[in-house]
Amino acid sequence: MIGDAVDRVDGLLKVTGRARYSAEWPIDHLAYGVIVTSSIACGTITSIDTRAAADADGVIDVLTAGNAPRLPQNGRAGVNPPAGRVLSLLQSSDVRYNGEPIAVVIADTFEQATHAASLVRVKYRAETPALDMQQELPHARPYTQKILGQFEPSSRRGDVEAALGQADVTVDGVYSTPLETHNALEPHATIAAWDGDRLTLYDATQYLYGVKRFVAKTLGISEDRVRVVSKFVGGAFGSKGSAWSHVVLAAMAAQRVKRPVKIVLTRRQMFGPVGARPYTVQHLVIGARHDGMITAITQDVASSTSTFEDWVESSTLQTRMLYDVKNVQTSQRLVRLNLGTPTFNRGPGESSGTFGLESALDELAVALRIDPIDLRLKNYAERDPERGRPFSSKSLRECYARAAERFGWTRRNPMPRSMRDGEMLIGLGMSTATYPAKRMPASAVARLMPDGTVRVQAATHELGTGTYTVMTQLAASALGIPRRRVQFELGDTDYPENPISAGSMTAASTGPAVDAAARALRDRIVALGSDPADLESCQSLVARHGPLDAHGNARPGGEQQQYSMHAFGSVFVEVCVDPDLGEIRVARVVGAYGVGRVLNAKTARSQLAGGIVYGVAMALHEQTAIDPRTGRYVNADLSEYLVPVNADVGPIDIILLDEDDPHVDPIGVKGIGEIGTTGVAAAIANAVYHATGVRVRDLPVTLDKV
Amino acid sequence: MASSASRFLAGGTTLIDLMKLHVEQPRKVIDISRLPLSDIHELPGGSVRVGAMVRNSDMAHHDLIRSRYPVLSQAILAGASAQIRNMATTGGNLLQRTRCSYFRDSAMPCNKREPGSGCGALDGINRIHAVLGTSEHCIATHASDMCVALAALDAVVYLSGPDGGRRVRITDFHVEPGDHPERETVMQPGELIIAVDLPPLPFAVRSAYVKVRDRASYAFALASAAVALDLRDGTIRDARVALGGVATKPWRAREAERLLIGHPCSKATFRAAADAALAGAIPRRHNAFKVELAKRTIVRALTRVGAQA
Repeated sequence: MIGDAVDRVDGLLKVTGRARYSAEWPIDHLAYGVIVTSSIACGTITSIDTRAAADADGVIDVLTAGNAPRLPQNGRAGVNPPAGRVLSLLQSSDVRYNGEPIAVVIADTFEQATHAASLVRVKYRAETPALDMQQELPHARPYTQKILGQFEPSSRRGDVEAALGQADVTVDGVYSTPLETHNALEPHATIAAWDGDRLTLYDATQYLYGVKRFVAKTLGISEDRVRVVSKFVGGAFGSKGSAWSHVVLAAMAAQRVKRPVKIVLTRRQMFGPVGARPYTVQHLVIGARHDGMITAITQDVASSTSTFEDWVESSTLQTRMLYDVKNVQTSQRLVRLNLGTPTFNRGPGESSGTFGLESALDELAVALRIDPIDLRLKNYAERDPERGRPFSSKSLRECYARAAERFGWTRRNPMPRSMRDGEMLIGLGMSTATYPAKRMPASAVARLMPDGTVRVQAATHELGTGTYTVMTQLAASALGIPRRRVQFELGDTDYPENPISAGSMTAASTGPAVDAAARALRDRIVALGSDPADLESCQSLVARHGPLDAHGNARPGGEQQQYSMHAFGSVFVEVCVDPDLGEIRVARVVGAYGVGRVLNAKTARSQLAGGIVYGVAMALHEQTAIDPRTGRYVNADLSEYLVPVNADVGPIDIILLDEDDPHVDPIGVKGIGEIGTTGVAAAIANAVYHATGVRVRDLPVTLDKV
Repeated sequence: MASSASRFLAGGTTLIDLMKLHVEQPRKVIDISRLPLSDIHELPGGSVRVGAMVRNSDMAHHDLIRSRYPVLSQAILAGASAQIRNMATTGGNLLQRTRCSYFRDSAMPCNKREPGSGCGALDGINRIHAVLGTSEHCIATHASDMCVALAALDAVVYLSGPDGGRRVRITDFHVEPGDHPERETVMQPGELIIAVDLPPLPFAVRSAYVKVRDRASYAFALASAAVALDLRDGTIRDARVALGGVATKPWRAREAERLLIGHPCSKATFRAAADAALAGAIPRRHNAFKVELAKRTIVRALTRVGAQA
């Protein structure tokens, strides 16, 4: 049953509108908060006139820096990178980006609050903002902290200068990616409700316990006073991994007006205050011998951050470990811009970093006249060359072979502009995909209920990924009972603690805890002389003993020091380019992935296909436009911020390899949420080069660039 | 009747959006959705009359439109999404507002939204902006696909007002921004669009709409062309060319038509016409690519129609 293509257990709730998202909780006496944002990018508020707003119908209060409660450490008490952010909590009159929260209007209805917010008049003393990545690039400064608290900010092995000096062939290119805004379909939303000194937050989040701790620290209250509930999240992609300003502002507003307050961000407010993938400018140099052996790689990445928090897009990490290269040097630098602080965005680091690395490899294959797959096989890493450890498992060779065969790679004529379908230019491109297999400590509780069903609880998240379904499968399998006898519950800090649902680690973290809790419950049932599979025996057991509980904990162990653990894959793309008009369409995608054990073939394919679509967006569509004078987010809606529609995505064929990894975690799973996005932008840009002969090194690849 | 402080509400696909953005702030909204203007029928003399409340999707799929004016059906279906086309109306589409981001963001200057406040797009992000019909006060692109086909077809807009009815040619209906970008049409306060008349144009059976955009569907045109050709023995007897996505109003390219009429149906003829159509183009920082793109779009549309022999 594990691995079966099981339908989502929450599917019916979703298609009938009964799945309750954070903005939808029915709360009595609810008031509505609407955030007022800045209209300059840098400077100070000299006056903020809220009189008209305060006098408008239905308005209860208007919160500004002038009257908001003073928070401990000016609102920075909870700051703890990378997930605990520096926020805009009305603690000062400074403005650091255009669209920054500067006031909250609270009214009886959303419409009243929205209208009143439009009546707030603000005067500024404006300063000249830093807005242009290219222009600020000379001011980039080395990033010196550990990346994700774990990896060195720069790396060096061997002697790249000497190796480049002796290389037969060198490619040298600068690759850049734009500011990319997540744009989950569900806007960020928080309802804050106080009951005395207890705060309940209904919040669209990827990190229940993170929000709980961060908000408690920020407000200066005890952690055990804060409960966070999040039963369904309508897409997150990293943007809901941190508690952003609106979460704390909702709590502050609710405290102020002594009523529950709901704040739902507008689409425009999702540009700036809740993160984005930063700009990256990646300089890559690769040296190789004529036979295709790569002798050296250097990658210097400059990524943008805000003026008030250092956040790094770790685009160099895959370059350190993906190929067996003796001489490798990487570095990360930061460019400070007057924009909102960036954050994790699906495959942070690897999605942008593989665009640079795998594009450069394609250029090298062209220069060497070697097939792109052969080039990658020639430099195949049997062990992690950076850490000198074996991989816990790696099926990349098979990924190349299986995907290439399914795709029909052998029919590719390597000459650019050599393949056509009627008038249209056809291009075939490929890339390696990779993402680390991570896990963190997690816990769960399983309880045998009077009716003989088993309720399993863990404070993890359903982002649309299938958590409810795969955890139900895992518990049922461990107990040896049908899935219908399992009720899996998540999304509440009243349940055992689990890590952030990010970094593709929910299945690998929470899965083993659920498995352990279910096994422990099974053992208890058996020890008491009953059979978990026998419903009546379970019912009578509870009748005799009362409900039975069992706890499960799981945490990473010594394998973390013994092995390097990653998911690998290979993605192949066919594009169709109009030779006159330049319109680019993705005709089809084939991806093969080694992701450990697959828990549910259906949700796994959905995750990987969704990841690939995210990559198509990155390759062809997404870019946040910033007004060069004011720092205004120009295309801050889904009409002008383009993401693919169905017509942009051809058939996606996913091959899931049978990969047994006994080391990675007790249930043998690697994450699947992000690897699908990695490599896709490069594969598409490589295919566009093959179709047109034009190498686009600056995403997105739009028709005006070919 | 509607004055400047009030707005008629038909499909609402533009007006409601803009009200949410505080760009449109009418004191009154007058619902006209139940007016009996939802009919498409042939008039004596062969014109086809399309009521102002006819939904875009109904017009696109109507037999009279599909058989006589394929360019119009194609143009409508190239626009927006099925859901929006089911709501949007003929009259509303004629009054569709621009997608200029500076117009739609009330925190930015815009002479169209707030006369005299300046144009944010001139020196801002202007990749989607117009290269034809612009002024130093406004470079906002007219966003409609339908209107481009109507311009090619010499449609006539039928208005009703306090002083009775009047008819305005489509090419006179929209006005270039000039010194008054806030003024987009010749409609007077209190006037209401009743219908659009499509004059008989037998050669329009050979017509096409080509739209170029950043994604396959549900995106505004970077460039589009509505063309029709009257061909006899390889020679162009008559031609219609109109452009979208590159101009401040639905753009009839009469110079291009002059260079087509009487000439052989060939790539060279098409290219010469396309060059003429864009001769007056004024590109800005991010939209210079549109000049060549529009020419190629015209050539593509003419080539497609030329091949329909």
